[in-house]
Amino acid sequence: MIQARGLVQTFTTKQGRKKVEVRAVDGVDLDVAEGEVVGFLGPNGAGKTTTLRMLTTLLRPTAGTARVAGYDVATQSKQVRQSIGYVSQAGGVSSYARAGDEVVDHGMLYGLSQAQATASGQQLFEQLDLRGLWQRTPKQMSGGQKRRLDIVMGLVHDPTLIFLDEPTTGLDPQARANLWEHIGRLRSERGATVFLTTHYLEEADALSDRVMIIDQGRIVASDTSENLKAAVSGDQVDLEVADPTRLTDAAAALETIADLVEVDGQHVRGRVSRAGRAVPDLLRDLDRTGIELASIEVIRPTLDDVFLTLTGRSLRDAEAGPTDQPVLEGADQ
Amino acid sequence: MTFVRESFIVFRRQVRMNLRNPAWVLIGVMQPVLYLVLFGPLLKPLVDDFGVENPYTFLVPGLLVQLGMFGAFFAGFGLIGEWREGVVEAERVTPASRTALLVGRLSRDVAQLFVQALILVGLGFAMGMRAPAGGVVIGVLLTLLVGGACAAASNALALTTKSEDVMAPVINMVMMPVLLLSGILLPMTIGPDWLQRVSDFMPFRWIVDAVRDTFTGDFGTSQLMWGTTWAVALFGLALWWGTAVFRKENA
Ligand SMILES: Nc1ncnc2c1ncn2[C@@H]1O[C@H](COP(=O)(O)OP(=O)(O)OP(=O)(O)O)[C@@H](O)[C@H]1O
Ligand SMILES: [Mg+2]
Repeated sequence: MIQARGLVQTFTTKQGRKKVEVRAVDGVDLDVAEGEVVGFLGPNGAGKTTTLRMLTTLLRPTAGTARVAGYDVATQSKQVRQSIGYVSQAGGVSSYARAGDEVVDHGMLYGLSQAQATASGQQLFEQLDLRGLWQRTPKQMSGGQKRRLDIVMGLVHDPTLIFLDEPTTGLDPQARANLWEHIGRLRSERGATVFLTTHYLEEADALSDRVMIIDQGRIVASDTSENLKAAVSGDQVDLEVADPTRLTDAAAALETIADLVEVDGQHVRGRVSRAGRAVPDLLRDLDRTGIELASIEVIRPTLDDVFLTLTGRSLRDAEAGPTDQPVLEGADQ
Repeated sequence: MTFVRESFIVFRRQVRMNLRNPAWVLIGVMQPVLYLVLFGPLLKPLVDDFGVENPYTFLVPGLLVQLGMFGAFFAGFGLIGEWREGVVEAERVTPASRTALLVGRLSRDVAQLFVQALILVGLGFAMGMRAPAGGVVIGVLLTLLVGGACAAASNALALTTKSEDVMAPVINMVMMPVLLLSGILLPMTIGPDWLQRVSDFMPFRWIVDAVRDTFTGDFGTSQLMWGTTWAVALFGLALWWGTAVFRKENA
């Protein structure tokens, strides 16, 4: 459904007098199969939105090629646009227009009739819990309601290839879960292909078949989130030992299943791949040797952990950027 | 066919948004009325000195073109707001023709101008203007063409600068010479020779003169030919520029 080879996007911005070139996307290759749900992960400024805007024909690639739904984004942009739905990071509904009108007009620009667009829009309003907001303007909506309206806009023409740029920002847990379900349904009932960006590993985890991680404009990993987490860092197991004299024994026991074991006060920590399976044995072991625990915690790896092992930098450092770029004038949104 | 349909969808959306704003409707209607009622009497004694038979037949065409140009020059400001809200990007991701996205917006500006022109001309007749019907029709058509050109240029400028603060001085810089050199309020023929030569290079002067000729019923003049040529050329140029900007990546 999506094939990209060597996608590059450079922006030139002025920094005082001299012009600075920003390589926002720096040689991205990616393949997404039909019916796949792919999570596109990366810190702020990694190049997610820029990649999406190239794939959705909004931005012409500086170099490289991409085929989306079988069409070339540079030379067959109209066919590409006809085949996709896109929800941008910032949304695209005017604050002063009525929500329903905007949705219908948007659907009609895709060629739907007024009746079709209205029916489809109202159905999506039901499904995404926007009942009764058809006549409201976004100005009178909450942030999360507005975000769901953005999503309705992107889905009103029933696309089977959908690009979502951080669809869940600003949604409460319930709305988030509801959207996840909706995306799941799109895939299972309609065979839709979904390409979504997010900052949350758990989200990519819950939704996608595959996770791609992008950092500084380059893809640094592409695999199932299970594999990424398992292979890359494993789960952190944290034992709080009741009797301080048994700390070394506890550490030795943990060592049998874990890497990078460290002792910190009353705590013994280590990295265990697939801790859910290994920990029951560990507990039996500790019990047999009479080591009493005050508490045990298994912490699933976060995106930060995966990212740290992949790039050697933590997410927070990555956001600041290697050269500490200043805020750029004319950046998107 | 799809082009007309897409333009209409954009047009309808724009009109709907504008009608939701009563201030916009009121200003749109009041503008021509105020010009004629408050400005007309002021110019009337002066106009008598130019040797024009009927002051309103002289005034109304100038006001018409002024309304067309200056109303439309500001049309782009709304587009900057739309761009900031992501509306332009949302429209650009649909398969709709880029020209339709522009033409839909222009149609709103031209429709607004048309209503204002009707009010202005109607009021002009009521106040004693005399002009042949055919001439008025041609004059109004020329005005709409100029208005469309200015609105297209304004929209293009808006999407290029993406900032009211950059756009406002640019518009002012363009408006000053246009206002002073096109003889909208006073005919250029009363000025010194050098000023007339300078104004020869101002396309809008020819258009103002052309509209005046249609109102007095002089259809064979060279001004009318030049004015029409300029109006068509400006419209084509502005439409091309506007479409290019809507098509441009990263708009
Ligand atoms: N129009 C632009 N002009 C100049 N630089 C830009 C522009 N758009 C993006 N950039 C720069 O390109 C880089 C990638 O930006 P992009 O928006 O793709 O990041 P992102 O991964 O979507 O981040 P976020 O998680 O914050 O949305 C950033 O350094 C950004 O400052
Ligand atoms: Mg982004």
